[in-house]
Amino acid sequence: MKILVTVKRVPDPETTIRVKPDGSGIVTDNIKYVINPFDEIAIEEALRIKEKLGGSEVVLASIGTKVVTEQLRTGLAMGADRALLVLCDQELDSLAVSRILAKLVERESPQLVLMGKQAIDDDANQAGQMLAAVLDWPQATFASQVQLAADQASVQVLREVDGGLETIGFSLPGIITADLRLNEPRYASLPGIMKARKKEIKEIPVAELGVDITPRLKIHKMDPPVKKIGGKKVETVQQLLDLLHTEAKVI
Amino acid sequence: MDFQFSEEQEEIRKQVRALCSRYPDEYWRERDETGEFAWDFYQAVADAGYLGITIPQEYGGSGLGITEAALVMQTIAEGGGGTQACSSVHLGIFGLEPLIKYGTEAAKRKYLNKVLTGETHVSFAVTEPDAGTNTTQISTFATRKGDGYVISGRKVFITKARESKKMLLLTRTTPYDQVDKKTMGMSLFFADIDPEAVEIRELHKCGRKSVDTNMLFIDNLYVPKEDLIGEEGRGFYYIIDGINPERILVAAECIGMGKRAVEKAVQYAKERVVFGRPIGMNQGIQFPLAESYAKLETAELMVYKAAWLFDHGKPCGKEANIAKYMAAEVACEATDRAMQAHGGYGYIKDYDVERYWREARLFRIAPVSQEMVLNYVGEHVLGLPKSY
Repeated sequence: MKILVTVKRVPDPETTIRVKPDGSGIVTDNIKYVINPFDEIAIEEALRIKEKLGGSEVVLASIGTKVVTEQLRTGLAMGADRALLVLCDQELDSLAVSRILAKLVERESPQLVLMGKQAIDDDANQAGQMLAAVLDWPQATFASQVQLAADQASVQVLREVDGGLETIGFSLPGIITADLRLNEPRYASLPGIMKARKKEIKEIPVAELGVDITPRLKIHKMDPPVKKIGGKKVETVQQLLDLLHTEAKVI
Repeated sequence: MDFQFSEEQEEIRKQVRALCSRYPDEYWRERDETGEFAWDFYQAVADAGYLGITIPQEYGGSGLGITEAALVMQTIAEGGGGTQACSSVHLGIFGLEPLIKYGTEAAKRKYLNKVLTGETHVSFAVTEPDAGTNTTQISTFATRKGDGYVISGRKVFITKARESKKMLLLTRTTPYDQVDKKTMGMSLFFADIDPEAVEIRELHKCGRKSVDTNMLFIDNLYVPKEDLIGEEGRGFYYIIDGINPERILVAAECIGMGKRAVEKAVQYAKERVVFGRPIGMNQGIQFPLAESYAKLETAELMVYKAAWLFDHGKPCGKEANIAKYMAAEVACEATDRAMQAHGGYGYIKDYDVERYWREARLFRIAPVSQEMVLNYVGEHVLGLPKSY
């Protein structure tokens, strides 16, 4: 089975993010970048499927400038077989991303596309769904368990939804986006790191794909989150109700 | 000049950090309490291939250098495991160099694979109670008998003898008073730690509780001649080869521990509010931490310079010694200051910095005392007369 896994380069969640004074974006100096944690979970799931089935191939796909090589190498060190990097130095919205990915899917014809449910930088949570629409493929988002049928022709996915769990199934090819509890991604081994050096990262100029990537969205302004203020203790329930009414104005 | 780590080296750091993040401070605090060897951590490091980092690829290792090994050790120390984590794997990571360089093909095929999978732990049995740093004065003796040797003597400060099946054992094969040159007449064995002939008595230490340190009483231990490394009589030189890399690795471990301590103190100083403001706003807290950080960064430069020289086959005695000296000094200072920044809580085990402080202290003494390092610098670098 061939599995395509998407990889986005995002700021390390442990870094402190500062918004530029003019609100046009974030300050990128001294920021460390990592694989989007949900994409890392998607890679792990693909590797587990590969290890279970044998004879499978895990192909990573990313979009960006050459710096993304760093994250792709990490994915290759974890055990992916090769990678595609669509070279593009322009900011892309989710629709453009899904159109580019659709072209890669056409070229590679994977049976399964595994993606993170969302990227932790812009939290758009759209690329997977849009890719399914562009390809007209079935999709299962927010997967917390993936069960491949014995004949490898279909898949059952457990999804965490409001108030419970939902199981859905579809015939492959299809798209699955990974939620947090799907698995715990592995760390790469030293031999894995050494092997990654020799694995192929194919660079594809975005122009070659002939996709309309004109932005449909414009970011007007970014603001840092409102600073949290500490709570306070009250003596009685009545006091609490009063304050919720008069001060917090929520009841 | 190139001060940049390669992509691969950065990746190693990143992945070792990911591995260590699964063994947080609580894990090491518990080891420090119970003294139980960190089996699962050790096995995870072995499974991820790091024990074979400097073992040549033809024997299943990765064939990388001391630079990469130092990065691994520094990152492990930085992860909060300190010497308990580092010493549990230290010897696997570099200690087998004498076997790799001077061992027979058969011995290498037989043992290296078992070391890098973590199956065979190895101890390094050189130091003796009556010789200390004056290694040529050791009295453990190997007498030829049949197709091998019979060894008797005492060794001290032998790490991990409890877990180890094998030890690199230095003995005399010619008595001290019968050799022309005092560094001759010693032989190195890759000997079994046979419980019938080797009594292990654990020593209780100030820190690093889960990695045992022992006295060995060796009484008529039979070692077949296949387990002699290299030539009889030249063992001292095989050991000497490993001294600089060991200093580099220990220095890297110190840097890791020091940085961890500063990081902990910084975090605490930001959060701890006294007199209505975080204590980190006070220069009395800030300056010592900033200074320690600056010193750690500076010492780190010397660590990787020494590692670079070693990996490029250049002499590195001066640099390795200075790196060990400076790294141990600044690590001790940094862990002490981290404790100070924590105030009373720094003395409480739940805050972990006292554990780093106890552990870092070892490296002003081991594997060689700071004073002996200064002797080296005084005599061999500055050209002053030998003082001891």
